[in-house]
Amino acid sequence: MKTVEEIKAAIEAAVPSASVEIVQNPAPSAQHSLLLKAETAVAVAKFLRDDAELALDFLSNVTGVDWPDKEITEKVKVTKMVTKTVEGTEQQVEETVEETRKRVEPGYLEVVYHLYSMTKKHGPVVFRMRTGNRADDVKLPSMTPVWRSAEYQEREVFDLYGVEFVGHPDLRRILMWEGFKDHPMRRDYVEPDDFEYEPTAHDEVLKRAQAHQAAAAAAAEGQKGAAQ
Amino acid sequence: MTLSAAEFGARQHAGGKALPEGRMVIDPESGGDLLEVSMGPHHPSTHGVFRMDVALDGERIVRLKPVFGYLHRNHEKLGEEHSYLASMPYTDRLDYICSLTNNWAYALAVEKLVGQEVPERAEYLRLIVGELTRMQNHILSVGFLIQDMGASGTPLMYGFREREKILDLFEALTGSRMMCNYMRFGGCRVDATPEWLDGVRKVVAGMPAFADEFERLLCTNEILMARTQGVGVLRPELAVSAGVTGPALRASGVNYDIRKVDRYGIYDRFDFKVPLGEHGDVYDRFMIRLLELRQSIRILEQALKDVPGGPVMDPKAKIRNFRPKPGEAYGRIEAPKGELGFYLISDGTGNPYRYRVRPPSFVNLTVLEDMCLGYSVADVVLILGSIDIVLGEVDR
Amino acid sequence: MAVDEQLKIEMGKQGVFVTTLQELYNWGRRSSIWPMNFGLACCAIEMIATTMARYDLARFGAEVFRPSPRQADMMIISGTVTKKMAPQVVRLYNQMAEPRYVIAMGACAISGGPFKQGYNVLKGIDRYIPVDVHIPGCPPRPEALLEAFMTLQKKIDAQPLTGEARPRHLDEQAPGEFPVPEQGAHDLEPPANKSVWTVPVVIR
Ligand code: SF4
Repeated sequence: MKTVEEIKAAIEAAVPSASVEIVQNPAPSAQHSLLLKAETAVAVAKFLRDDAELALDFLSNVTGVDWPDKEITEKVKVTKMVTKTVEGTEQQVEETVEETRKRVEPGYLEVVYHLYSMTKKHGPVVFRMRTGNRADDVKLPSMTPVWRSAEYQEREVFDLYGVEFVGHPDLRRILMWEGFKDHPMRRDYVEPDDFEYEPTAHDEVLKRAQAHQAAAAAAAEGQKGAAQ
Repeated sequence: MTLSAAEFGARQHAGGKALPEGRMVIDPESGGDLLEVSMGPHHPSTHGVFRMDVALDGERIVRLKPVFGYLHRNHEKLGEEHSYLASMPYTDRLDYICSLTNNWAYALAVEKLVGQEVPERAEYLRLIVGELTRMQNHILSVGFLIQDMGASGTPLMYGFREREKILDLFEALTGSRMMCNYMRFGGCRVDATPEWLDGVRKVVAGMPAFADEFERLLCTNEILMARTQGVGVLRPELAVSAGVTGPALRASGVNYDIRKVDRYGIYDRFDFKVPLGEHGDVYDRFMIRLLELRQSIRILEQALKDVPGGPVMDPKAKIRNFRPKPGEAYGRIEAPKGELGFYLISDGTGNPYRYRVRPPSFVNLTVLEDMCLGYSVADVVLILGSIDIVLGEVDR
Repeated sequence: MAVDEQLKIEMGKQGVFVTTLQELYNWGRRSSIWPMNFGLACCAIEMIATTMARYDLARFGAEVFRPSPRQADMMIISGTVTKKMAPQVVRLYNQMAEPRYVIAMGACAISGGPFKQGYNVLKGIDRYIPVDVHIPGCPPRPEALLEAFMTLQKKIDAQPLTGEARPRHLDEQAPGEFPVPEQGAHDLEPPANKSVWTVPVVIR
């Protein structure tokens, strides 16, 4: 089978407007992936499916991934001019100091597709798409018109992550009930406080227990106040 | 207003639903004359808590929407909250009829992620328990299918009788009948004794007789043939596009068995055939399972001849403080129901950053509506049974 | 009025059978408990295995699995009850006729089990409906389910027909229906039925 670099070249030859990036995978599995732009993704997907040599007719797996905003603290070396007293005389000396800086890397939602070929019996070819952010710019093109197997899997990603697939024939919640408001697989999802008790709470559960008890105590206080 | 098959097809999106030739249905959009039935989530034939919203024109299905999530147990979220190893027992509960193949798929994915080797003896044990699992799954799924058809009891009872024998083996090896939690990254949890292997040989030796009996009982049964042949036909192109895998795919005549394609484990050392169907109907899907049962017996007979000695766990495998380097891996196996894959993203910590299960029965259900359109309600039950779903895996 | 056990056995040997209405009534109730054909998850497979040849639930008069709640006496909650499924379970329970019994089979039905920390998992079905017998295990072995049957039979046998401790179906004041929870925007509402279930107090 072709390597990712060759596939990238083939895509760019076939769909000239497509810009494809390669996402390296350092793990021993070495399943590198292609990062597609949302605008040209459907054209690229059609090419991947229909190209005689690739013939990736089988979309196996659709995965949603949530990458929340990341606060990155990094140490930067900064060169400054400092005035110092060297051997009794004041001099301007260049000095390198380390500064810690914080910056926020904006988060996004990602959808990963794993393709195989049933006719050629090769694979996987992995491609991924990313949304603009996690709040309002969450539209991505649906792959369902290209591969039917994306239908329910994309609905699942919509349900659990909140990615809106444009062109999906029937985009509804699939696992949670209609009327449910959150996207539970997102990293910042807060579960409803339905903790009750745990005979031997520890770690995570202990934290939840304490939060729950604090909330319950506050609620009781509030009720008392209202009664008075 | 009624629609012919061609008119109905024109309404659908590309690659969408099709009616069998010559069938007419009421226009589903006209609404008025249709009877809407909700089958499930509590329904004796839905194999668990599965629901179908069905619109009927008389007896004929004109629309069928599966409703999922009644067994959504947040497997993936829990997987991300637990360490890699702690997810292993959870995989047992995915497809709870075949816990060992689930273990295998997960172990394989993690081994791909960290580049872990598996010792020879462990590979043999994995293959043996994997094929035993496949056998009992196929026996059971055929039993349930016939049960759904109305043959209450007998075939299922026969099936369970054989399954108990296999479960006894699992229990002797792993300590549990159903939730085996047997595999580890880089091997298996415990070694098998020679007596256990003898026990397997005995059970496998008894299997062909059972398969003969089962086939005599079922395959030429007139009612079974009348009800299953030509029902729920799945076209191969649609099957490929919809990602159907496993026996359901091969019944449509597509030769795709991951044991042959990926050659994971040690499957390339054994001689076995991949049975293929011709018509893609319920009967073919049912027959494929019986034929695969025979092939599993064949694989086991070869594998049991000489099980090599040695450790069952790679001594270099890391168990405590297991932290894969950042990266990702997708590992898959041919589970009894189809392609079972695990997709893991590691961020260098002890928990997977993303833990995704690619469940075969969930994806196989994509074509349920296409297979049912134009058939009667009683056929839906059969068609669903022939896909062979387990809700633990569909909803996770 | 209870008859002396020894006397009863002696008279039985002579061909004279003595019983009380209570015993006869309870014997009838306990000897043919028809379960509902209702499986939820992994535990359901063990439940089916229990009805099959090796374990043979028919010995307890309980092999007749009824597809309809109207005809069933007992509900085996065999598996994880999710928040999406919980309203249906309560509704099915409401549709059963008295006398009715509930066996919570497996860790999930008791407390959420291994999936307890999940956002969509109900932490025990006894939050909404009264449960007669809890069986631990994941899954409980078929023998454990048989044990649960026998426990239930003992429980039925011990119930007096009058007085405070009489079973629910003889008590006009007892509730016949239990409120079905609603699926809200984030969680089930209410999260538990306070008249059935209270937070257990942990004594240390
Ligand atoms: S208790 Fe265990 S076996 Fe039973 S439903 Fe829950 S997870 Fe499955």
